[in-house]
Amino acid sequence: MLTAQETILGFNALDFARVQFAFTISFHIVFPALTIGLASYLAVLEGFWLKTGKQVYKDLYHYWLKIFGVIFGMGVVSGLVMSYQFGTNWGSFSEFAGGVTGPLLAYEVLTAFFMEAGFLGVMMFGWNRVGRGLHFFATLMVTVGTLISMTWIIASNSWMQTPQGFSIVNNIVIPTDWWAIVFNPSFPYRLVHMAMAAFLATSLFVGASAAWQILRKQDTDAGRVMLSMSMWMLMFVAPLQILAGDMHGLNTLEYQPAKIAAMEGHWEKLSEAKTDKGMPLVLFAIPSQTQEKNLFSIEIPHVSSLILTHSLNGQIKGLKDFAVEDRPNVNVLFWSFRIMVALGSAMLLAGLASAYLRYKKQLYTSKIFLWAITLMGPTGLIAILAGWITTEAGRQPWVVYGVMRTKDAVSLHDVSTLALSLALFVFVYIFVFGIGVAYVLRLIRKPPVTHEGDEPIGHDNIRLPVAIASEFGGRS
Amino acid sequence: MSIDITIVWAAIIFFGVMMYVVMDGFDLGIGMLYLFVPKREDRDVMMNTVAPVWDGNETWLVLGGAGLFAAFPRAYAVLLSALYLPLILMLLGLIFRGVAFEFRFKAPDVERHIWDKAFFGGSFVAAFFQGVTLGTYINGIKLTNGEYTAGAFAWVAPFPLFAGLGVVIAYSLLGCCWLIWKTDESLQSRMRELAKKLSWLILFNISVISIWTPLSNQEIAHRWFTMPNILWLSPMPILVALTMWKLSRAIEHKHELSPFIYSLCIIFLGYIGLGISVWPNIIPPDISIWQAAAPIESQRFALVGTVIIIPIILIYTAWSYYVFRGKVRAEDGYH
Ligand code: HDD
Ligand code: HEM
Ligand code: HEM
Repeated sequence: MLTAQETILGFNALDFARVQFAFTISFHIVFPALTIGLASYLAVLEGFWLKTGKQVYKDLYHYWLKIFGVIFGMGVVSGLVMSYQFGTNWGSFSEFAGGVTGPLLAYEVLTAFFMEAGFLGVMMFGWNRVGRGLHFFATLMVTVGTLISMTWIIASNSWMQTPQGFSIVNNIVIPTDWWAIVFNPSFPYRLVHMAMAAFLATSLFVGASAAWQILRKQDTDAGRVMLSMSMWMLMFVAPLQILAGDMHGLNTLEYQPAKIAAMEGHWEKLSEAKTDKGMPLVLFAIPSQTQEKNLFSIEIPHVSSLILTHSLNGQIKGLKDFAVEDRPNVNVLFWSFRIMVALGSAMLLAGLASAYLRYKKQLYTSKIFLWAITLMGPTGLIAILAGWITTEAGRQPWVVYGVMRTKDAVSLHDVSTLALSLALFVFVYIFVFGIGVAYVLRLIRKPPVTHEGDEPIGHDNIRLPVAIASEFGGRS
Repeated sequence: MSIDITIVWAAIIFFGVMMYVVMDGFDLGIGMLYLFVPKREDRDVMMNTVAPVWDGNETWLVLGGAGLFAAFPRAYAVLLSALYLPLILMLLGLIFRGVAFEFRFKAPDVERHIWDKAFFGGSFVAAFFQGVTLGTYINGIKLTNGEYTAGAFAWVAPFPLFAGLGVVIAYSLLGCCWLIWKTDESLQSRMRELAKKLSWLILFNISVISIWTPLSNQEIAHRWFTMPNILWLSPMPILVALTMWKLSRAIEHKHELSPFIYSLCIIFLGYIGLGISVWPNIIPPDISIWQAAAPIESQRFALVGTVIIIPIILIYTAWSYYVFRGKVRAEDGYH
């Protein structure tokens, strides 16, 4: 057996634990991002149906409910793994900071997970067993549950980014001010940015399935409603998201300047900066961690100063202002940040294009636009992953920023155990969630059908659960 | 302060884990019973008896973890690290069985068998490794200088593995009795037959574990056979025997709900026995609940919400069971 210090394929125990965490959370976040968005979408659809009585909303509700069910299931099982992983892999962190993150997680379970789970059954299978009002109430409770869940976990993560409201006694974090802990400096920005990210990712997902169906000559009323609703969302939220991202960045500049320096690919020491030239925006570059400079770069003069300091020649700290062992990985941050921003800009363009085409009455007919929207289907999720990689890799080498280093946080397992568990996770996740995603894609390939909810058996040999089937057919 | 908040927390965690065992126990049991029920329609019915509630049942496990994290971070860190592989395997099992609920009905006909197997296999692996975890835990988590050193495979030993089988049998019995209650006709009578066999198996299992535990573990032997614990424990064998007898009579007389209640009682008795064996430690054999407790500020903050919210959770959980009350049948799907 190998000890924690030895390596397999160049990875020591710490590396394995980090890869395992990054791998499992990256899978997890994809599902909640969609369930947060879809739950709200379902609540809106059901609300519209109750108000207007239009069949199309009810059809859409049942159509997306099936998809929601599959994605929610994957969110639950991948989340279960997360809630144990702090203890199994980050024991020292849990002992040290459990006094803060433990209660936050416990509140998430109590106020969100139980609520979602408790009302999910009625939402999914209760259409015929409770009245309309009560069913709508169940949908709302599930929706509110997803939003509460996001709030607690973002509070916990943000506290790890910008910790406050605690003291350290006997090498243990003692909470002193819960208000300060929850409403830590980065929490509001991260919460708003994440919530909008979930809505954007969902609207792109819904929009892409509608666009694809229309392109494949399965142009239905329901498909048009889907496209229209999701394009409204994109048009309004994409610009807001960019605004929120900008404010989030300024907040990070204040509390985690090394992260911003790496995102910007900015090396120079503040004390040596030429204040008459300002900082350029580095569009592309090959940053080198060892040579402490960008080997190659394309820059736009002054723009970075403008964004970060709101003046032409303003300066911020560069990576050289931080000790080598306190610097995050420049390459990862530089590129993941650019991916996110590029996709955000593309979403803004798509939103504007949709407004123009809507005005021209070509929203449902412009082939180029429909293709573009189809291709953009996964971009919301990719941007979310890129954003989280920026956030988390930029926090390194700290797990609790400025308070505990990642290397001190890990449980002492031997390398072979961790290699085994990582291999199992990779194998199982790719198998299970790969097939799950394939099933979701199968479901969205078929457009919603009228009276979908009224038919006992699904189409295209997709069998509905007997429960769902009967509750619609079993009634007279 | 007059009430020791740490004891309150220990009670809450004890309660949470018990809720988990009771509620997810029959879910997992149903999964394992797939092995004995080959017919597609029967399997649909079995799954549908729990489809609307399984997620809520599993959430008690999340609460167990998070509650431990909040109130006893040291125990959360040490136990979860020490029980690494069995817990990871349990989680992987729960993944397969969890997704099976949705995937099985969305899969094309030719792929359905994959999710039947995932449902059975996932349930079995999850239940077995819960038992293994329990067995390792009872055996004790020895620490040297605060670190766990027994290695990643300490659970590969006769007692934990036997405990794994014990949990498999116990959950299967619960699942069986649940199905007696929620189904009828051929499936129900099938379950009656199985329940009889399973109740013999569980009686055997409980007896072996009750003898083996004090023999292999002096610490626990000492606890069991001194005052006042012996007073608490001495009625146990009698109560178990009584409940077993009631259970077999209830099955014999074709009662519908009462077998489930009696099987719950048996699980409950075993669980109390466990509690007495460990109390007041949280990491047996050395670390007590007070030594592992979170800062008082954390315990207090989390407790306020917990005592207010748990009753509310119980109310809407009961409501959701009420909405889906009654028999589940194949022809008309849900009831
Ligand atoms: C649809 C998803 C999406 C889109 C289009 C954007 N972001 Fe973002 N971003 C996220 C999704 C996201 C995220 C996944 O939700 C993150 C990770 C943590 C967080 O709160 O939000 C994030 C983090 C994040 C951070 C890291 C802050 C930190 O943790 O220290 C910054 C500075 C920005 N974003 C800025 C932007 C800017 C300037 C954008 C403009 C184009 C932008 N984001 C578009
Ligand atoms: C490491 C951190 C995380 C842990 C420990 C965790 C834990 C969990 C658990 C246990 C569940 C299943 C709940 C159930 O049984 O119903 C879950 C689901 C969920 N999580 Fe996470 N999670 C984490 C990160 C996140 C993040 C970053 C977000 C979003 C911002 C998020 C949002 C949600 C939501 C909305 C759900 C419910 C919807 C669904 O199941 O898909 N979680 N999480
Ligand atoms: C909100 C809940 C989250 C919490 C509490 C959390 C916490 C952590 C912890 C404890 C680690 C391990 C220590 C470390 O290497 O820093 C980590 C690493 C990491 N997390 Fe998160 N995380 C959360 C959300 C996410 C999400 C949603 C992603 C999605 C991509 C993510 C991506 C990563 C990555 C890539 C790493 C590895 C960073 C590195 O080692 O350089 N995290 N996070």
